[in-house]
Amino acid sequence: MAPSRGCGGKNFYDTLYGSLVYHLSDFVTMSLTLEQVHRIAHLARIEVDEAEARRTLGQLNEIFSLIETMQAVDTQGVEPMAHAQELAQRLRPDCVTENDQLALRAAFQAIAPEAEAGLYLVPKVIE
Amino acid sequence: MKQWEVVIGIETHVQLSTRAKIFSGSSTAFGAAPNLQANAVDIALPGVLPVLNRRAVECAIRFGLAVDGEIAAKSVFARKNYFYPDLPKGYQISQYELPVVRGGRLPVQVGEREKMIALTRAHLEEDAGKSLHEGLGQAAQGRSGIDLNRAGTPLLEIVTEPDMRSAAEAVAYARALHALVRWIGICDGNMQEGSFRCDANVSIRPAGETLFGTRREIKNLNSFRFLQQAIDYEVRWQIATIEDGGSIEQATVLFDADSGETRAMRSKEDAHDYRYFPDPDLLPLVIDRQWVAQARAELPELPAARRERLMADSGLSAYDASILTASLDLANYYEATVTAAGKENAKICANWVMVDLAARLHREDRDIGESPISAAQLGGLIARIADGTISTSMARKVFDELCSGGQASSADAIIASQGLQQISDSGALTALIDELLAANPGMVAEFRSGREKAFNALVGQVMKATRGQANPQRVSELLRQKLA
Repeated sequence: MAPSRGCGGKNFYDTLYGSLVYHLSDFVTMSLTLEQVHRIAHLARIEVDEAEARRTLGQLNEIFSLIETMQAVDTQGVEPMAHAQELAQRLRPDCVTENDQLALRAAFQAIAPEAEAGLYLVPKVIE
Repeated sequence: MKQWEVVIGIETHVQLSTRAKIFSGSSTAFGAAPNLQANAVDIALPGVLPVLNRRAVECAIRFGLAVDGEIAAKSVFARKNYFYPDLPKGYQISQYELPVVRGGRLPVQVGEREKMIALTRAHLEEDAGKSLHEGLGQAAQGRSGIDLNRAGTPLLEIVTEPDMRSAAEAVAYARALHALVRWIGICDGNMQEGSFRCDANVSIRPAGETLFGTRREIKNLNSFRFLQQAIDYEVRWQIATIEDGGSIEQATVLFDADSGETRAMRSKEDAHDYRYFPDPDLLPLVIDRQWVAQARAELPELPAARRERLMADSGLSAYDASILTASLDLANYYEATVTAAGKENAKICANWVMVDLAARLHREDRDIGESPISAAQLGGLIARIADGTISTSMARKVFDELCSGGQASSADAIIASQGLQQISDSGALTALIDELLAANPGMVAEFRSGREKAFNALVGQVMKATRGQANPQRVSELLRQKLA
């Protein structure tokens, strides 16, 4: 499967590592198998060949061992952090701030692989 | 044959009434041309960041308070990861571990009895875009079109416990929830436009069993009728499958309104592995208690409380009170009518609103907010019925005139200008009756020989002679006296 493109600026390794690290407790042994790496890569729609998978397995297990070290710390009674910064979400007033949407759409669709009648076109998907 | 118990839980996606999207400044208005309400955040261009809309949070708080749920002091947004072309980021921003609302309950009227449905949670999330597969034109052969106008529209997903035991209970819950979200002003309730969509989790188990059976989830039901039909079909299908020796596999199913059947979607092995994790783009949402207190102060009197007050104040039945509190507009209209007509006439007001006005609105396909007659006008009319100025049949004529005459006219003006006052004056009526009795000796003889019908005919004669204006009760009293 080819790596996905055109899915915004989000780094797919964000998703890969983010979800892996967050779901540490899912991996009881704290050590991944090659099969698990392939599965996670598939879920993240990232193509990894055998060599890359082995390399990634090594890297991920190193991260795991780092975390294993950290898990020795007694965190009893400590509230889990949802974010690294002790800040609260800022809120935006409920106002429409986009005005010239025709120009905006034209600019966005000029860089889209395919567009027609205002729609972005993608290979046919139907359930 | 075995007795089966049906177990249903419902998840509802309620589109929140905000002007802008949940994480961007694009408009949420319905019906724009494709992608004219999709900015850089909505289409997930690189380098953009979501900023949370305050009003969306406020809506969630209002809902939580209205169902007596717990409002989280700290709430967290999470990424729900999956791939679909109408989800441009490759994940949906939703909530997982710390939703804005936890718990809560909603009282539901099922026929004559009330049932309390427990809620699990209510969380904020963004809607996805829309995929179009047909009617795209020659240039788009073999392609799907993506419209991202809906992407980023704020949703409140409301999840119940598996508390419902029949399709009727599920529909009653959905109706009560629909009424509530409109009542507290967080959703326009427009089901055709997708502002209120239900997913029903349905399973069956042998009566008396305490463990749940395997459930199937029916997705995206956007009318109460479909909800009822889909659950009915699904339950029959599950019972037949098990009684034929089969077993139920957990699945997501779609309801086909044309065939009335549910069918499983092509199941993807990884479909439910969403790998949720906290979204690093969004800081925790802190909801201070002052904000909650303010939202509580701004909340209108809720339907259940209003219902009880109407029963206590106006002596209405539970049924009438529940009809008159179907929406906030209707309840307000009814109460304004009572104010105009006088509290002692509350029951007549309830009848006029539920029968005559409801029929008129239904015929003209109007909402109570677009009523052709104001509450003050209707109340004024009812006051004249109550004090005997006009008869009920005359009142219907005045009602029709008020409906077509605009807001400036009043019942009193119409009654005066058309001389519709009821004739209750004994002197005038007695003279008329004497005349009629003299002119119809045959009828009088028939009545005296015991035929009650003749009496009604005589009353009819008086009414006819007065063009319906005689007070029928008074006429009949006077006639009895004369014929005694």
